[in-house]
Amino acid sequence: MMQLFVFIVAGAMVLGGAVGVVLRTHPVHAALSLVLTLFGIAVLFIAQDAQFLAAVEVIVYAGAIVVLFLFVIMLLGIDRAEDLHVEPFKIQRPVALVIGAGLVSLLGIAVIASRQHPVPTVTPSQAVTDALADPHDGNIRALARDVFSDHVLAFELTSVLLVIAVVATVILARKPRKGETYITSGSAQ
Amino acid sequence: MIAVAQPTTTWYLLLSALLFAIGVVGVLVRRNPLVLFMCIELMLNAVNLSFVAFAKRMGDIGGESTVFFVMVVAAAEVVVGLGIVVSILRRTPNATTDDLSELKG
Repeated sequence: MMQLFVFIVAGAMVLGGAVGVVLRTHPVHAALSLVLTLFGIAVLFIAQDAQFLAAVEVIVYAGAIVVLFLFVIMLLGIDRAEDLHVEPFKIQRPVALVIGAGLVSLLGIAVIASRQHPVPTVTPSQAVTDALADPHDGNIRALARDVFSDHVLAFELTSVLLVIAVVATVILARKPRKGETYITSGSAQ
Repeated sequence: MIAVAQPTTTWYLLLSALLFAIGVVGVLVRRNPLVLFMCIELMLNAVNLSFVAFAKRMGDIGGESTVFFVMVVAAAEVVVGLGIVVSILRRTPNATTDDLSELKG
């Protein structure tokens, strides 16, 4: 009963926030709707025993990424509403809705049709199984065992990826110094 | 005692499919580049949700570690994407995606 209630409330938060992101004309409102969706996702993560990921979802997504969006909106001063009545291509929105509905029905049919299939047996390593057995912080222990043993190379590579992303953004977003121009062809600054 | 349906993996996957489709429609319809990035975040979160549902269903932690890496990649993608958006909007304020046909400075 409780699980059903949590699922319905969190699912309504997720879908309502997602619809808000698409339909709200003001970028700040869209970003706040995104926060609603992310909190709903975090609740669903907890409902599925993924406590660590729920915490990371709130900290990284709601705390860092959405704040980054809001920073950019306010930094550039583009916080004015977009007129949704302007429609550059007349056929664009009907086609988009058809594609969305088709995607939902295809995925739904696939999910419902594959319900009867047997679940493939996965045998996690002994360390992960032992860690999961811990009733207090089994999820975090098991995740740490998995990330730092089987995926340790990928984990190290993500640090390289993040450094590259930060350096690239600093170079992209800085203003060119006086007398310095980017290589342009045709359209001069 | 009334038998109440419990949310199963199928429910989570259907919710994830709906969320993904809303993100796709948003990317196709909206013209503000920032809102496009938000819709991409919606799609990434839909996939994360289905990964966690599968991890729970199969009793395998691998799905959750995949979500961990997806989050890192999403953060890197947003950082680079917003850097590009900042440098484009600084040149042409109020640019929509219709105006962004080139990446050259």
